[in-house]
Amino acid sequence: MDAESRTWLRRLGADGAERERALAELRELLLRAARFEVGRRRARMPQLRGGDHEDLAQQSANDALVAILAKLDDFRGDSRFTTWAYKFALYEAAASLRRRSWQGREVPLEAEDWPLFADRRSRPDEDAETSELLSAIGEAIENDLTAHQREILVAVTLNGVPIDVLAERLTTTRGALYKTLHDARRRLRAALAERGLPVEPLVESETQ
Amino acid sequence: MNADANPRREELVGRLLGPVGPEITCDECFAQLDRYVDLELAGADADRTIPGLRAHLEGCPACREDHESLLEYVRSERA
Repeated sequence: MDAESRTWLRRLGADGAERERALAELRELLLRAARFEVGRRRARMPQLRGGDHEDLAQQSANDALVAILAKLDDFRGDSRFTTWAYKFALYEAAASLRRRSWQGREVPLEAEDWPLFADRRSRPDEDAETSELLSAIGEAIENDLTAHQREILVAVTLNGVPIDVLAERLTTTRGALYKTLHDARRRLRAALAERGLPVEPLVESETQ
Repeated sequence: MNADANPRREELVGRLLGPVGPEITCDECFAQLDRYVDLELAGADADRTIPGLRAHLEGCPACREDHESLLEYVRSERA
């Protein structure tokens, strides 16, 4: 572990005024990171007003600080302490913004872009192989996936629904949904290979 | 079909089929992301040290966004 990270851990583990100073400094760092994330995404979210940006950054910094203090024992020094801490602030801000951007909107679980699959004619800039593959993918999505796999695949990959927003709507976890997405992709690849299309089978990791 | 309003179909195929190689989960990705970014910024071989994370970023848009944010922020903060 680098010296700066050790110092952070020592100060956060101290008593009294030293810990209070460290907490205040850490929160300031988290706030700067959260403001960065909000600023980075604000152009894509015109519905947010100026005051909302600052409220969101402040709340994200607070939530990140709580998460960091709860997980402090997990920090092993594999990265700099500040990189580890920023991760929480950026995540809290990004997740809040993703939620905010989908607030009050229906999450589309049905494909809105089936013509993309149905159109077997390739455009001049595309080869016929891609058109054939896409057409076969469309068929495999309809015929080879379960209804749940189809909904998750379509929502995340075609309709751009963030996976954490979808998890919240379906009262499940991001990890569980990603597992469903992974399984759907594996079935798609297998179905395409069975049809003789040049698709590599999905390589499994030990953890999936 | 307006080509500008839709992703290129090759890209769409990639999004639908996902990465080929073994990948870690979203939870593992979050747990390792800071280490991965520090390795990247140090010019080390992050993909060899943490196998499966890059493949996960290719397959998971939300984790990819989280990675881009952390890399960009830490890089700017150290500049």
